[in-house]
Amino acid sequence: MISEQLVDLSRLQFAATALYHFLFVPLTLGMVWILVIMESVYVMTGKTIYKDMTRFWGKLFGINFALGVTTGITMEFQFGTNWAYYSHYVGDIFGAPLAIEGLMAFFLESTFIGLFFFGWDRLSRGQHLLVTLLMAVGTNLSALWILIANGWMQNPVGAEFNYTTMRMEMVDFWTIVFNPDAQAKFVHTVSAGYTTGAMFVLAISSWYLLKGRDVEFAKKSFRIAAAFGFASVCSVIVLGDESGYTVGEAQQTKLAAMEAMWETEPAPASFNLVAIPNQAEMKNDFAISIPWVMGIIGTRSLDKEIPGIKEIKEKNRERIISGMEAVTALDALRKNLDDAEMKARFEAHKADLGFGLLLRKYVSSIDQVTPAIIEKAVDDTIPHVAPIFWGFRAMVGLGLLMLLIFSLSLWHSVKGSFTGKRWLLRLALFSLPAPWLACELGWLVAEYGRQPWTIYGVLPTHLSVSTLSVESLYGSLAGFVGFYTVLLLVEMYLMVKFARQGPGSLGTGRYLDEAAHA
Amino acid sequence: MLDYATLKVIWWLLVGVLLLGFAIMDGHDMGVGTLLPFVGRNDVERRVVINTVGPHWDGNQVWFITGGGAIFAAWPLVYATAFSGFYWAMLLVLWALFFRPVGFDYRSKIHDARWRSTWDWGLFVGGSVPPLIFGVAFGNLLLGVPFHFDDHLVSTYTGSFWALLNPFALLAGVVSSAMITFHGAIYLMHRTEGEIQRRSGRAAVIFGGLLLLSFSAAGIWLWQGIDGYVITSAVDPGALPNPLGKTVAREPGAWLANYSRYPASMALPVLTYLGVIAALLLAFSGRTLAAFVASSLAILGVIGTAGGSLFPFIMPSSSDLRSSLTVWDSVSSHLTLSIMLWATLIFMPLIIIYTSWAYKVMAGKVTAAYIRENEHGAY
Repeated sequence: MISEQLVDLSRLQFAATALYHFLFVPLTLGMVWILVIMESVYVMTGKTIYKDMTRFWGKLFGINFALGVTTGITMEFQFGTNWAYYSHYVGDIFGAPLAIEGLMAFFLESTFIGLFFFGWDRLSRGQHLLVTLLMAVGTNLSALWILIANGWMQNPVGAEFNYTTMRMEMVDFWTIVFNPDAQAKFVHTVSAGYTTGAMFVLAISSWYLLKGRDVEFAKKSFRIAAAFGFASVCSVIVLGDESGYTVGEAQQTKLAAMEAMWETEPAPASFNLVAIPNQAEMKNDFAISIPWVMGIIGTRSLDKEIPGIKEIKEKNRERIISGMEAVTALDALRKNLDDAEMKARFEAHKADLGFGLLLRKYVSSIDQVTPAIIEKAVDDTIPHVAPIFWGFRAMVGLGLLMLLIFSLSLWHSVKGSFTGKRWLLRLALFSLPAPWLACELGWLVAEYGRQPWTIYGVLPTHLSVSTLSVESLYGSLAGFVGFYTVLLLVEMYLMVKFARQGPGSLGTGRYLDEAAHA
Repeated sequence: MLDYATLKVIWWLLVGVLLLGFAIMDGHDMGVGTLLPFVGRNDVERRVVINTVGPHWDGNQVWFITGGGAIFAAWPLVYATAFSGFYWAMLLVLWALFFRPVGFDYRSKIHDARWRSTWDWGLFVGGSVPPLIFGVAFGNLLLGVPFHFDDHLVSTYTGSFWALLNPFALLAGVVSSAMITFHGAIYLMHRTEGEIQRRSGRAAVIFGGLLLLSFSAAGIWLWQGIDGYVITSAVDPGALPNPLGKTVAREPGAWLANYSRYPASMALPVLTYLGVIAALLLAFSGRTLAAFVASSLAILGVIGTAGGSLFPFIMPSSSDLRSSLTVWDSVSSHLTLSIMLWATLIFMPLIIIYTSWAYKVMAGKVTAAYIRENEHGAY
C-alpha cells in the first residue's frame, strides 16, 4: 500500500513546480509575438525605434525565458523521478507528444533564440525577422504538443489497456492529436499567454508614460500592446467558453464542481453566480443563480440536461462495482496470462478498470472491499468543490477586468488620447499581476479539478507515484523551494532593474539614463 | 510498418544517436563550462569563453530534453525505473543544470565582480556535474542496479544513493568527465585565439590523456573483474514486452561477449583511441574544425563501447535478475515506436540543417574586441 503522505508530497511538489514554471511560460508565449510585430514594423518602415523596441523588450523576454527553460527541465524529469508508475502506465501515449515537442518545437525555438539575441549584425533584416518568427512558431508549437499531452490526461482518447504489458497503449495517434479537449486547451492557453505578454508591455509602457520618460518609445509600445492585447483577451474569453463546452462533454465531474451543481436540474440548467458550497451535505448553503445560462454554456442547447454531482456519484458507484470485477480478473491474469475465463471476465469490465483501481487506495486485494470502502471511493470521485468553484470565478473576473483595460486602452490609442489619461495608465500598471493570477487559477481549475485522477477515468493519482521514501520527498521539496526562491529573487531583481532602466539599457545613446549604467 | 523486432533494434540505435547528439552538442558547451574558470583568467577572457557557446547552448540543451523525451516515449519502463531509482542522482543533475540558463543569461547583465564570479562557478557546476553523474550512472548500469518489479510492474529501487558511488562507477564518471572536458577544450581551441587557445590546448592534452587512461582501466576492469548479464531463456524479439517473462544469469566476461560475437564492433573501442589522438594532432596543427570532428568520433567510440557491451540489456537488475530491462521488453508498443520513428526521420534532418546554419552564421573566432564592441549585447 502506498502511503497517503507520499502521494500528498508528490502532488505538492508537482503542483509547486508546475505553477512556478507557469509563471514564465505565458509571458514567453505572448511576448514572442509582440517581438514579431515590432520587428515586422521595423523591417517594413526601416525606423530604428522599432528595432530598439524589439531589442529592449527582447532583453526582458530573455530574462524571463531563462527561467522558463530552467524550470521546464524539472517538469520533464519529474514524470520519471516522482511519477514512475504513471510514466510506465501511460508512457506509450504520453511520451510521444513530449518527444515530438522536443523534435518539432523546442529545437526550433531554442536554436533561433540564440540567433535572435546574437545575430543582429550577422543577418540581413529579413533573415533576422525570419529568425524571430521561427522562434515564435517554435514556442507556440511547443505549447501545442504539451497541451496535446495534457488534453489526453483530461480526456484519454485513442488508447486501450493491454493486460500483457500492463499499461495503456496507443491505438490511434491522430485521435490523440485532434482530441477536442487538447485543441480547446491549446487555443485557450496560448491566448492567455498572448494576453499576459500584452499586459506586461502595456503596464510597463504606462509606467514610462506616467513618469514622462522615453515617451515616443513607450507610446509606440503601448499602442501595439493595446491592439494585440484586445484581440488576445477576446479570444481567451471566447475560446475559454469553448473549452467550457468541451469540458462539459468529456468531464462532467469537473464541470459540476466548477458550477457547484449538486442536483441535476431540468434543462436548461441555471448558473450559480456566487455560492457557498457545502461538500459534506452536498448542497450550497447560499447561492445566487441565473436561470438557463449554464445549460446554454455547457450543452449549446435548451433541452440537454447537465448531470449534477449526486447523479454523477451514482453512476460512479456502478462503475466502481463493475471495476472491482476488472481488477479481480486483472490480478488473476497477471499470475496466469492464459486464463481464458479471466480474460472474458476482464474484457466485460475493462472499461471500468480505472474506477476499480480507485479502491487500491484503501485495500491491496479486492476481497477486502467493504460497502463502507466503496462509499469512500465514491466520495473520492468528486474533487473539492469550493476551490474549483471560486478559482474559476476569480479567473473569469480577472479576464473581464483585462477585457475592460484593453478595450479602453485600444479606444484611447485609436483616438490618440491615452497619454493624458493618467487613470487609465495607472489602472494598466496596477493590473500587471492580473494575467499571472488568472493563468495560475486556470491551471488550478483544470488540474485540481481532474482529481482523483492523473488520467481521467483511467489511472488514479494515488497509484501514479514512484515508490520513494517520504524523507526523499521532504528533501527534494525543500531543495526545490530553496532553489526556486533564490532564482525568483534574482529574476525579479533583474527584471525590475532593466524595466526601470528602460531602453537606455541597450546602450545606443538614444534614450534616457544612459550615463547611469554606461 | 517495419516489424516489431526490427523497430526495437532501430530504437536502441536511435536512443544511442540521441545520447551521442547530446554528448557532442551539449557536451562541448558543458566542457566549456567546466573549463571556464581555468582558461579564462579575467572578465574579458571569461566572456570570450562564454560567448563561444552563447548563441548555441540553449539549442544544444534540447538534445538532452529530447533524449529524455525519446526514452520516455520509446522505453517508458526505463524512463520510469531509472529516473525514480536514481532519484537523488537525477535531482543533482537537474539542480546543476539550473545554473546554466540563468548563468549564461544573467551573468554579464550586472557589473559586479562577485556577481559574475558566482555565475562563473555556477556555469562550472552546470557543466561538470551532469557528465560526471551520467558516467557514474552508466558505470552502475554495467554493474547492475538493485530494483525489482511486482506483478503489476510497479518498480521498487532498494539501493541507496551512496551505493551508486562505488569505485567502478566513479571510474566510469572519470571517463565521462574527461571525455566531455576534452571535447570542450578542442571546441575552445577552434573558437578562440591567443592565451585562451593555448590554455585550452593544455587542457586538451591533460583530459585527452586522462580519457584514454581511464577508458583503458575501465575496459580491463570490465573484462577481468565484473560479471556481465545474459538472458538464459529463449528470446522472441517480436513478442509483446513483458520484463518478468524471462530468466537471466550473471557470467564472468559476459559484457565482452558481443565483441567476439560481432568482431566488427571492436571498431568502437579502437575509435576512442584513434579519435583522441587524431583530435590532438589536428588541433595542434591548426586544423581545429577537423579536430572537433575527431573528438566527436572519440565520443562515439566511448558511448558505443558502453552501449554495445550492455546490448541487449539496458538496465540490468542485480537484486532480481529477471526484472532486468532489455531492448526487447522495456519498449513501447509497435505503433508508438513506428510513429516516433517517422517523427524522428522527418525532424532530425531539419534540426541538423538549421543548427548547422546557426553555427555558420556565428562562425569565426570570438575575440576580446568582439566583447568590447558588444558590451551590452554579448553574454
